[in-house]
Amino acid sequence: MNIGKIKRDFPIFQKKINGKSLVYLDSAATSQKPKKVLDLVDDYYDQYNANVHRGIHTLSVEATEAYEAARARVAKFVGVSDPVEIIFTRNATEAINLVAYAWGRVNISSGDEIVTTIMEHHSNFVPWQQLALENGAVLKVVPIDENGELDIVAFEKALGPKTKLVTFTHVSNVLGTINDVKQLSKLVNLKSPKARIMIDGAMPPFLFGGEMISKVTLEKTTWNELPWKFEAGTPNVGGAIGLAAACDYLDELGMENVRKHDVELAQYAIGKLSKIPGVVIFGPKDATKRGGVVSFNVGPVHAHDVASILDSAGIAVRSGNHCAEPLVDFLGVSSLARASFYIYNDKTDIDIFVEGIRNVKEVFKI
Amino acid sequence: MDLYREHILEHWQNPQNFREMKKADLVVDQVNPLCGDEVTFYFKFEKGKIKDVSFVGDGCAISVASASILSEFIKGKKVAVVGKMTGEDVFEILGGPVAPARLKCAFLPLEAIRKLRV
Ligand SMILES: Cc1ncc(COP(=O)(O)O)c(C=O)c1O
Repeated sequence: MNIGKIKRDFPIFQKKINGKSLVYLDSAATSQKPKKVLDLVDDYYDQYNANVHRGIHTLSVEATEAYEAARARVAKFVGVSDPVEIIFTRNATEAINLVAYAWGRVNISSGDEIVTTIMEHHSNFVPWQQLALENGAVLKVVPIDENGELDIVAFEKALGPKTKLVTFTHVSNVLGTINDVKQLSKLVNLKSPKARIMIDGAMPPFLFGGEMISKVTLEKTTWNELPWKFEAGTPNVGGAIGLAAACDYLDELGMENVRKHDVELAQYAIGKLSKIPGVVIFGPKDATKRGGVVSFNVGPVHAHDVASILDSAGIAVRSGNHCAEPLVDFLGVSSLARASFYIYNDKTDIDIFVEGIRNVKEVFKI
Repeated sequence: MDLYREHILEHWQNPQNFREMKKADLVVDQVNPLCGDEVTFYFKFEKGKIKDVSFVGDGCAISVASASILSEFIKGKKVAVVGKMTGEDVFEILGGPVAPARLKCAFLPLEAIRKLRV
Protein backbone atom coordinates (compact mmCIF):
# COMPACT_ATOMS: atom_id res chain seq x y z
CA MET A 1 0.00 0.00 0.00
CA ASN A 2 1.22 3.48 -0.85
CA ILE A 3 0.53 5.31 2.41
CA GLY A 4 1.55 8.70 1.04
CA LYS A 5 -1.07 8.38 -1.67
CA ILE A 6 -3.69 7.09 0.76
CA LYS A 7 -3.05 10.03 3.09
CA ARG A 8 -3.69 12.44 0.22
CA ASP A 9 -7.12 10.81 -0.25
CA PHE A 10 -8.17 12.10 3.18
CA PRO A 11 -8.88 15.87 3.19
CA ILE A 12 -8.55 16.15 6.98
CA PHE A 13 -4.77 15.80 6.75
CA GLN A 14 -4.59 19.24 5.19
CA LYS A 15 -5.63 20.67 8.52
CA LYS A 16 -3.00 21.96 10.94
CA ILE A 17 -3.38 21.21 14.63
CA ASN A 18 -1.63 23.71 16.88
CA GLY A 19 0.41 24.69 13.84
CA LYS A 20 1.58 21.10 13.26
CA SER A 21 0.63 18.44 10.71
CA LEU A 22 -2.04 16.14 12.10
CA VAL A 23 -0.84 12.77 13.36
CA TYR A 24 -4.14 11.00 13.83
CA LEU A 25 -3.83 8.03 16.17
CA ASP A 26 -7.45 7.70 17.28
CA SER A 27 -9.03 5.66 14.49
CA ALA A 28 -10.30 3.13 17.02
CA ALA A 29 -12.72 5.84 18.20
CA THR A 30 -13.63 7.00 14.72
CA SER A 31 -11.81 6.78 11.44
CA GLN A 32 -11.24 9.62 9.01
CA LYS A 33 -13.09 9.51 5.70
CA PRO A 34 -11.54 9.64 2.22
CA LYS A 35 -12.66 12.21 -0.37
CA LYS A 36 -14.35 9.52 -2.48
CA VAL A 37 -16.62 8.58 0.41
CA LEU A 38 -17.33 12.20 1.36
CA ASP A 39 -18.15 13.06 -2.25
CA LEU A 40 -20.67 10.24 -2.56
CA VAL A 41 -22.36 11.29 0.69
CA ASP A 42 -22.42 14.90 -0.54
CA ASP A 43 -23.82 13.72 -3.83
CA TYR A 44 -26.70 12.05 -2.01
CA TYR A 45 -27.60 15.26 -0.17
CA ASP A 46 -27.09 17.40 -3.29
CA GLN A 47 -28.94 15.19 -5.77
CA TYR A 48 -31.42 12.74 -4.28
CA ASN A 49 -31.97 13.35 -0.57
CA ALA A 50 -35.37 11.87 0.32
CA ASN A 51 -36.93 9.51 2.81
CA VAL A 52 -36.88 5.86 1.78
CA HIS A 53 -39.50 3.15 1.34
CA ARG A 54 -42.56 5.29 1.74
CA GLY A 55 -42.42 7.48 -1.32
CA ILE A 56 -43.68 7.23 -4.87
CA HIS A 57 -41.82 10.25 -6.20
CA THR A 58 -38.55 10.03 -8.12
CA LEU A 59 -36.18 11.17 -5.38
CA SER A 60 -37.60 8.71 -2.91
CA VAL A 61 -37.21 5.88 -5.38
CA GLU A 62 -33.59 6.87 -6.04
CA ALA A 63 -32.84 7.14 -2.34
CA THR A 64 -34.43 3.77 -1.64
CA GLU A 65 -32.44 2.14 -4.41
CA ALA A 66 -29.19 3.59 -3.13
CA TYR A 67 -29.98 2.65 0.46
CA GLU A 68 -30.77 -0.96 -0.42
CA ALA A 69 -27.77 -1.14 -2.76
CA ALA A 70 -25.64 -0.01 0.18
CA ARG A 71 -27.09 -2.82 2.28
CA ALA A 72 -26.18 -5.35 -0.42
CA ARG A 73 -22.68 -3.87 -0.74
CA VAL A 74 -22.07 -4.15 3.01
CA ALA A 75 -23.42 -7.73 3.03
CA LYS A 76 -20.94 -8.70 0.33
CA PHE A 77 -18.12 -6.95 2.17
CA VAL A 78 -18.66 -8.75 5.47
CA GLY A 79 -19.46 -12.06 3.75
CA VAL A 80 -23.16 -12.36 4.45
CA SER A 81 -25.08 -14.09 1.65
CA ASP A 82 -28.45 -12.44 2.19
CA PRO A 83 -28.57 -8.64 2.52
CA VAL A 84 -31.66 -8.79 4.74
CA GLU A 85 -29.36 -10.00 7.49
CA ILE A 86 -27.75 -6.56 7.53
CA ILE A 87 -29.58 -4.21 9.86
CA PHE A 88 -28.43 -0.61 9.92
CA THR A 89 -28.33 0.98 13.36
CA ARG A 90 -27.01 4.33 14.48
CA ASN A 91 -24.07 2.77 16.29
CA ALA A 92 -22.91 -0.37 18.07
CA THR A 93 -24.52 0.69 21.33
CA GLU A 94 -27.94 0.89 19.72
CA ALA A 95 -27.41 -2.43 17.91
CA ILE A 96 -26.55 -4.25 21.13
CA ASN A 97 -29.45 -2.70 23.02
CA LEU A 98 -31.74 -3.74 20.19
CA VAL A 99 -30.67 -7.35 20.69
CA ALA A 100 -30.96 -7.07 24.47
CA TYR A 101 -34.50 -5.67 24.25
CA ALA A 102 -35.94 -7.46 21.22
CA TRP A 103 -34.35 -10.86 21.73
CA GLY A 104 -32.92 -10.90 25.27
CA ARG A 105 -36.07 -9.97 27.13
CA VAL A 106 -38.02 -12.67 25.32
CA ASN A 107 -35.50 -15.48 25.42
CA ILE A 108 -33.54 -15.02 28.62
CA SER A 109 -35.28 -15.51 31.94
CA SER A 110 -34.58 -16.11 35.61
CA GLY A 111 -31.84 -18.66 36.19
CA ASP A 112 -30.60 -18.55 32.58
CA GLU A 113 -26.97 -17.69 32.09
CA ILE A 114 -25.29 -15.03 29.97
CA VAL A 115 -21.57 -15.39 29.38
CA THR A 116 -19.44 -12.36 28.53
CA THR A 117 -15.86 -11.17 29.16
CA ILE A 118 -14.06 -8.62 31.30
CA MET A 119 -12.72 -6.91 28.18
CA GLU A 120 -16.10 -5.67 26.96
CA HIS A 121 -16.90 -2.06 26.15
CA HIS A 122 -19.68 -0.75 28.45
CA SER A 123 -21.95 -1.02 25.39
CA ASN A 124 -21.73 -4.79 25.51
CA PHE A 125 -21.74 -5.05 29.28
CA VAL A 126 -24.36 -2.73 30.73
CA PRO A 127 -27.35 -4.06 28.69
CA TRP A 128 -26.65 -7.60 29.93
CA GLN A 129 -25.94 -6.54 33.48
CA GLN A 130 -29.26 -4.68 33.46
CA LEU A 131 -31.14 -7.61 32.01
CA ALA A 132 -29.70 -9.91 34.70
CA LEU A 133 -30.61 -7.43 37.43
CA GLU A 134 -34.14 -7.11 36.11
CA ASN A 135 -35.06 -10.74 35.61
CA GLY A 136 -32.71 -12.81 37.75
CA ALA A 137 -30.57 -14.18 34.92
CA VAL A 138 -26.94 -14.88 35.83
CA LEU A 139 -24.15 -12.86 34.20
CA LYS A 140 -20.82 -14.69 34.03
CA VAL A 141 -17.74 -12.60 33.25
CA VAL A 142 -14.73 -14.45 31.87
CA PRO A 143 -11.34 -12.98 32.92
CA ILE A 144 -8.14 -12.46 30.91
CA ASP A 145 -4.67 -13.88 31.48
CA GLU A 146 -1.48 -11.93 32.23
CA ASN A 147 -0.93 -11.48 28.49
CA GLY A 148 -4.21 -9.66 28.12
CA GLU A 149 -5.75 -12.59 26.26
CA LEU A 150 -9.03 -14.28 27.09
CA ASP A 151 -8.69 -17.08 29.64
CA ILE A 152 -9.91 -19.96 27.47
CA VAL A 153 -10.07 -22.45 30.34
CA ALA A 154 -12.31 -20.11 32.33
CA PHE A 155 -14.36 -19.45 29.21
CA GLU A 156 -14.99 -23.13 28.72
CA LYS A 157 -15.83 -23.56 32.39
CA ALA A 158 -18.39 -20.74 32.23
CA LEU A 159 -20.36 -22.54 29.51
CA GLY A 160 -23.09 -24.94 30.53
CA PRO A 161 -26.60 -26.21 29.84
CA LYS A 162 -28.15 -23.02 31.23
CA THR A 163 -26.15 -20.71 28.94
CA LYS A 164 -28.55 -18.82 26.68
CA LEU A 165 -26.24 -16.19 25.27
CA VAL A 166 -22.50 -15.91 24.81
CA THR A 167 -21.32 -12.46 23.80
CA PHE A 168 -17.84 -11.03 23.37
CA THR A 169 -15.97 -8.40 21.46
CA HIS A 170 -14.03 -9.44 18.39
CA VAL A 171 -11.23 -7.00 19.25
CA SER A 172 -10.69 -5.30 22.61
CA ASN A 173 -10.76 -1.53 22.23
CA VAL A 174 -8.27 -1.22 25.13
CA LEU A 175 -5.91 -4.19 24.87
CA GLY A 176 -6.19 -4.65 21.12
CA THR A 177 -6.53 -8.39 21.81
CA ILE A 178 -8.19 -10.31 18.97
CA ASN A 179 -10.55 -12.99 20.19
CA ASP A 180 -10.59 -16.12 18.06
CA VAL A 181 -14.25 -16.09 17.08
CA LYS A 182 -14.08 -19.47 15.32
CA GLN A 183 -12.42 -21.26 18.22
CA LEU A 184 -14.70 -19.71 20.83
CA SER A 185 -17.83 -20.42 18.78
CA LYS A 186 -16.76 -24.04 18.46
CA LEU A 187 -16.49 -24.32 22.23
CA VAL A 188 -19.92 -22.76 22.66
CA ASN A 189 -21.50 -25.13 20.14
CA LEU A 190 -19.89 -28.05 21.92
CA LYS A 191 -20.73 -27.14 25.52
CA SER A 192 -23.89 -25.09 25.11
CA PRO A 193 -25.38 -26.08 21.75
CA LYS A 194 -28.57 -24.13 22.38
CA ALA A 195 -26.85 -20.86 23.23
CA ARG A 196 -26.79 -17.95 20.79
CA ILE A 197 -23.54 -16.14 20.07
CA MET A 198 -23.28 -12.39 19.63
CA ILE A 199 -20.09 -10.70 18.49
CA ASP A 200 -19.43 -7.02 19.16
CA GLY A 201 -17.79 -6.15 15.87
CA ALA A 202 -17.28 -2.43 16.51
CA MET A 203 -13.50 -2.67 16.42
CA PRO A 204 -12.09 -4.77 13.55
CA PRO A 205 -10.65 -2.61 10.77
CA PHE A 206 -13.27 -3.59 8.21
CA LEU A 207 -15.74 -1.47 10.08
CA PHE A 208 -13.47 1.48 10.82
CA GLY A 209 -14.49 2.73 7.39
CA GLY A 210 -18.08 2.90 8.47
CA GLU A 211 -19.85 5.73 10.06
CA MET A 212 -22.56 5.33 12.65
CA ILE A 213 -22.94 1.69 11.94
CA SER A 214 -22.11 -1.74 13.24
CA LYS A 215 -22.66 -5.35 12.53
CA VAL A 216 -24.12 -7.57 15.16
CA THR A 217 -24.29 -11.21 14.28
CA LEU A 218 -26.94 -13.19 15.99
CA GLU A 219 -26.55 -16.66 14.67
CA LYS A 220 -29.44 -18.89 13.80
CA THR A 221 -32.21 -16.43 14.51
CA THR A 222 -34.95 -15.75 12.05
CA TRP A 223 -37.09 -12.68 12.11
CA ASN A 224 -40.09 -11.58 10.14
CA GLU A 225 -39.69 -8.86 7.54
CA LEU A 226 -36.00 -8.53 7.95
CA PRO A 227 -34.30 -6.13 8.03
CA TRP A 228 -36.84 -3.30 8.10
CA LYS A 229 -38.58 -4.57 11.21
CA PHE A 230 -35.59 -3.32 13.18
CA GLU A 231 -35.06 -0.08 11.34
CA ALA A 232 -37.99 1.91 12.63
CA GLY A 233 -38.16 5.52 11.52
CA THR A 234 -36.15 7.55 9.05
CA PRO A 235 -32.81 5.85 8.51
CA ASN A 236 -29.42 7.47 8.02
CA VAL A 237 -29.41 7.05 4.25
CA GLY A 238 -26.33 9.20 3.72
CA GLY A 239 -24.43 7.13 6.29
CA ALA A 240 -25.33 3.88 4.54
CA ILE A 241 -24.22 5.29 1.19
CA GLY A 242 -20.95 6.43 2.75
CA LEU A 243 -20.42 3.01 4.30
CA ALA A 244 -20.92 1.28 0.94
CA ALA A 245 -18.39 3.69 -0.61
CA ALA A 246 -15.98 2.88 2.21
CA CYS A 247 -16.36 -0.84 1.39
CA ASP A 248 -15.33 -0.04 -2.20
CA TYR A 249 -12.36 1.98 -1.01
CA LEU A 250 -11.16 -0.77 1.34
CA ASP A 251 -11.68 -3.57 -1.17
CA GLU A 252 -9.55 -1.65 -3.62
CA LEU A 253 -6.74 -1.59 -1.07
CA GLY A 254 -7.37 -5.24 -0.19
CA MET A 255 -8.33 -6.15 3.36
CA GLU A 256 -5.33 -8.44 3.69
CA ASN A 257 -3.08 -5.46 3.01
CA VAL A 258 -5.02 -3.37 5.50
CA ARG A 259 -4.52 -6.04 8.15
CA LYS A 260 -0.84 -6.45 7.30
CA HIS A 261 -0.33 -2.73 7.65
CA ASP A 262 -2.08 -2.76 11.04
CA VAL A 263 0.21 -5.47 12.36
CA GLU A 264 3.31 -3.76 10.96
CA LEU A 265 2.51 -0.47 12.64
CA ALA A 266 1.52 -2.07 15.95
CA GLN A 267 4.75 -4.05 15.95
CA TYR A 268 6.81 -0.96 15.14
CA ALA A 269 5.08 1.09 17.82
CA ILE A 270 5.43 -1.61 20.49
CA GLY A 271 9.11 -2.00 19.61
CA LYS A 272 9.79 1.74 19.93
CA LEU A 273 7.64 2.31 23.01
CA SER A 274 9.09 -0.60 24.94
CA LYS A 275 12.54 0.97 24.61
CA ILE A 276 11.45 4.06 26.55
CA PRO A 277 12.04 3.60 30.28
CA GLY A 278 8.89 4.08 32.34
CA VAL A 279 6.44 3.35 29.52
CA VAL A 280 4.08 0.47 30.33
CA ILE A 281 2.32 -1.25 27.42
CA PHE A 282 -0.91 -3.20 27.91
CA GLY A 283 -2.13 -6.20 25.94
CA PRO A 284 -0.40 -8.91 23.91
CA LYS A 285 3.24 -8.15 23.06
CA ASP A 286 2.83 -10.17 19.85
CA ALA A 287 1.40 -7.73 17.31
CA THR A 288 -0.16 -10.52 15.25
CA LYS A 289 -2.48 -11.17 18.21
CA ARG A 290 -3.85 -7.66 18.30
CA GLY A 291 -5.61 -5.08 16.19
CA GLY A 292 -3.95 -1.75 15.40
CA VAL A 293 -4.34 -0.55 18.97
CA VAL A 294 -1.66 0.10 21.60
CA SER A 295 -2.63 1.28 25.08
CA PHE A 296 0.09 2.52 27.41
CA ASN A 297 0.98 4.71 30.35
CA VAL A 298 3.99 6.93 30.86
CA GLY A 299 5.29 6.41 34.42
CA PRO A 300 3.06 8.15 36.97
CA VAL A 301 1.75 10.68 34.45
CA HIS A 302 -2.03 10.60 34.02
CA ALA A 303 -3.25 9.61 30.53
CA HIS A 304 -5.08 12.94 30.10
CA ASP A 305 -1.82 14.80 30.64
CA VAL A 306 -0.11 12.54 28.10
CA ALA A 307 -2.90 13.26 25.59
CA SER A 308 -2.76 17.02 26.24
CA ILE A 309 0.98 17.23 25.66
CA LEU A 310 0.76 15.08 22.53
CA ASP A 311 -2.06 17.28 21.25
CA SER A 312 0.15 20.34 21.47
CA ALA A 313 2.36 18.59 18.90
CA GLY A 314 -0.61 17.79 16.64
CA ILE A 315 -0.83 14.16 17.78
CA ALA A 316 -4.33 12.82 18.53
CA VAL A 317 -4.57 9.93 21.01
CA ARG A 318 -7.37 8.89 23.34
CA SER A 319 -7.11 8.78 27.12
CA GLY A 320 -9.24 7.70 30.04
CA ASN A 321 -11.05 4.49 30.88
CA HIS A 322 -12.22 3.93 27.28
CA CYS A 323 -15.74 2.99 28.43
CA ALA A 324 -14.30 -0.27 29.73
CA GLU A 325 -14.15 0.32 33.47
CA PRO A 326 -14.35 -3.33 34.54
CA LEU A 327 -11.24 -4.02 32.45
CA VAL A 328 -9.40 -0.88 33.55
CA ASP A 329 -10.09 -1.80 37.20
CA PHE A 330 -8.87 -5.31 36.49
CA LEU A 331 -5.63 -3.88 35.06
CA GLY A 332 -5.17 -1.97 38.31
CA VAL A 333 -4.90 1.51 36.79
CA SER A 334 -7.22 4.50 36.73
CA SER A 335 -6.68 5.47 33.11
CA LEU A 336 -4.72 4.58 30.00
CA ALA A 337 -3.57 6.42 26.90
CA ARG A 338 -4.29 4.72 23.58
CA ALA A 339 -2.79 5.09 20.12
CA SER A 340 -4.60 3.35 17.28
CA PHE A 341 -3.50 2.98 13.69
CA TYR A 342 -5.15 2.81 10.33
CA ILE A 343 -4.46 2.89 6.61
CA TYR A 344 -3.34 6.53 6.51
CA ASN A 345 -0.74 6.15 9.27
CA ASP A 346 2.89 5.40 8.54
CA LYS A 347 6.09 4.83 10.48
CA THR A 348 6.85 8.54 10.40
CA ASP A 349 3.62 9.13 12.36
CA ILE A 350 4.84 6.68 14.96
CA ASP A 351 8.28 8.29 15.10
CA ILE A 352 6.62 11.67 15.76
CA PHE A 353 4.41 10.02 18.37
CA VAL A 354 7.40 8.42 20.13
CA GLU A 355 9.17 11.79 20.10
CA GLY A 356 6.02 13.19 21.72
CA ILE A 357 6.24 10.59 24.48
CA ARG A 358 9.82 11.63 25.16
CA ASN A 359 8.59 15.18 25.42
CA VAL A 360 5.97 14.09 27.98
CA LYS A 361 8.80 12.68 30.09
CA GLU A 362 10.76 15.90 29.72
CA VAL A 363 7.83 18.10 30.74
CA PHE A 364 7.18 15.96 33.81
CA LYS A 365 10.91 15.52 34.50
CA ILE A 366 10.69 11.77 34.83
CA MET B 1 -0.21 29.82 27.58
CA ASP B 2 1.61 26.81 28.92
CA LEU B 3 -0.68 24.31 30.62
CA TYR B 4 2.18 22.55 32.34
CA ARG B 5 3.82 25.60 33.85
CA GLU B 6 6.28 25.25 36.70
CA HIS B 7 3.71 26.22 39.34
CA ILE B 8 1.35 23.40 38.32
CA LEU B 9 4.07 20.78 37.99
CA GLU B 10 5.39 21.60 41.45
CA HIS B 11 2.00 20.97 42.98
CA TRP B 12 1.61 17.76 40.96
CA GLN B 13 4.95 16.53 42.24
CA ASN B 14 4.36 17.65 45.77
CA PRO B 15 0.68 18.22 46.47
CA GLN B 16 -0.08 20.27 49.58
CA ASN B 17 -2.62 19.12 52.18
CA PHE B 18 -2.74 15.74 50.48
CA ARG B 19 -3.97 13.47 53.26
CA GLU B 20 -7.08 12.04 54.82
CA MET B 21 -8.46 13.80 57.86
CA LYS B 22 -9.88 12.03 60.87
CA LYS B 23 -12.84 13.68 62.57
CA ALA B 24 -13.51 16.10 59.76
CA ASP B 25 -16.60 18.30 60.11
CA LEU B 26 -17.46 17.77 56.46
CA VAL B 27 -16.35 15.30 53.77
CA VAL B 28 -17.17 15.99 50.13
CA ASP B 29 -16.69 13.48 47.30
CA GLN B 30 -16.54 14.77 43.77
CA VAL B 31 -16.26 12.60 40.66
CA ASN B 32 -15.87 13.53 37.04
CA PRO B 33 -17.85 10.71 35.46
CA LEU B 34 -16.37 11.45 32.05
CA CYS B 35 -12.78 10.67 32.93
CA GLY B 36 -13.06 8.88 36.25
CA ASP B 37 -11.05 11.50 38.13
CA GLU B 38 -12.14 11.74 41.72
CA VAL B 39 -11.32 13.94 44.66
CA THR B 40 -12.39 13.89 48.31
CA PHE B 41 -12.14 17.07 50.37
CA TYR B 42 -12.08 17.15 54.19
CA PHE B 43 -12.95 20.29 56.13
CA LYS B 44 -12.71 21.42 59.74
CA PHE B 45 -14.53 24.61 60.67
CA GLU B 46 -14.17 27.14 63.48
CA LYS B 47 -16.15 30.34 63.92
CA GLY B 48 -17.34 30.41 60.34
CA LYS B 49 -13.86 29.90 58.96
CA ILE B 50 -12.04 26.96 57.39
CA LYS B 51 -9.70 25.90 60.14
CA ASP B 52 -8.24 22.98 58.22
CA VAL B 53 -8.64 21.43 54.80
CA SER B 54 -7.14 18.40 53.10
CA PHE B 55 -7.84 16.19 50.11
CA VAL B 56 -7.11 12.83 48.55
CA GLY B 57 -7.85 11.67 45.04
CA ASP B 58 -6.82 10.09 41.84
CA GLY B 59 -6.49 12.38 38.89
CA CYS B 60 -4.43 14.14 36.28
CA ALA B 61 -1.80 16.78 36.98
CA ILE B 62 -4.28 19.58 36.33
CA SER B 63 -6.89 18.37 38.82
CA VAL B 64 -4.32 17.44 41.48
CA ALA B 65 -2.52 20.78 41.16
CA SER B 66 -5.82 22.64 41.19
CA ALA B 67 -6.89 20.83 44.38
CA SER B 68 -3.55 21.45 46.03
CA ILE B 69 -3.42 25.16 45.16
CA LEU B 70 -7.06 25.67 46.13
CA SER B 71 -6.60 23.94 49.47
CA GLU B 72 -3.73 26.30 50.31
CA PHE B 73 -5.75 29.29 49.19
CA ILE B 74 -8.92 28.60 51.19
CA LYS B 75 -7.32 27.63 54.48
CA GLY B 76 -8.26 30.25 57.09
CA LYS B 77 -10.80 31.94 54.84
CA LYS B 78 -14.48 32.46 55.61
CA VAL B 79 -16.70 29.53 54.61
CA ALA B 80 -19.29 31.89 53.13
CA VAL B 81 -16.68 33.50 50.88
CA VAL B 82 -15.05 30.24 49.78
CA GLY B 83 -18.43 28.71 48.87
CA LYS B 84 -18.94 31.51 46.36
CA MET B 85 -15.67 31.06 44.47
CA THR B 86 -15.94 31.05 40.69
CA GLY B 87 -14.02 29.62 37.76
CA GLU B 88 -12.41 33.02 37.24
CA ASP B 89 -11.06 32.86 40.79
CA VAL B 90 -9.58 29.45 40.05
CA PHE B 91 -7.83 30.73 36.92
CA GLU B 92 -6.41 33.57 38.95
CA ILE B 93 -4.86 31.37 41.61
CA LEU B 94 -3.71 28.84 38.99
CA GLY B 95 -1.88 31.67 37.27
CA GLY B 96 -3.88 31.77 34.05
CA PRO B 97 -6.64 30.08 32.06
CA VAL B 98 -6.71 26.40 31.15
CA ALA B 99 -7.30 24.85 27.70
CA PRO B 100 -11.02 24.16 27.06
CA ALA B 101 -10.52 20.39 26.91
CA ARG B 102 -9.10 20.47 30.42
CA LEU B 103 -11.57 22.79 32.15
CA LYS B 104 -13.35 19.86 33.76
CA CYS B 105 -10.06 18.76 35.31
CA ALA B 106 -9.21 22.21 36.63
CA PHE B 107 -12.69 22.74 38.05
CA LEU B 108 -13.20 19.35 39.71
CA PRO B 109 -11.89 20.61 43.09
CA LEU B 110 -13.94 23.79 42.73
CA GLU B 111 -17.08 21.68 42.30
CA ALA B 112 -16.28 20.01 45.62
CA ILE B 113 -15.62 23.31 47.37
CA ARG B 114 -18.85 24.78 46.07
CA LYS B 115 -20.71 22.30 48.25
CA LEU B 116 -19.79 24.68 51.08
CA ARG B 117 -22.33 27.12 49.72
CA VAL B 118 -25.11 27.68 52.24
C1 LIG C 1 -15.54 -2.76 21.33
C2 LIG C 1 -16.55 -1.66 21.25
N1 LIG C 1 -17.85 -1.93 21.37
C3 LIG C 1 -18.80 -0.97 21.30
C4 LIG C 1 -18.47 0.35 21.09
C5 LIG C 1 -19.55 1.38 21.02
O1 LIG C 1 -19.66 1.81 19.72
P1 LIG C 1 -20.66 2.96 19.27
O2 LIG C 1 -20.00 4.23 19.61
O3 LIG C 1 -20.77 2.74 17.79
O4 LIG C 1 -21.95 2.76 19.96
C6 LIG C 1 -17.12 0.69 20.94
C7 LIG C 1 -16.77 2.11 20.74
O5 LIG C 1 -15.66 2.53 20.72
C8 LIG C 1 -16.14 -0.32 21.03
O6 LIG C 1 -14.85 -0.03 20.93
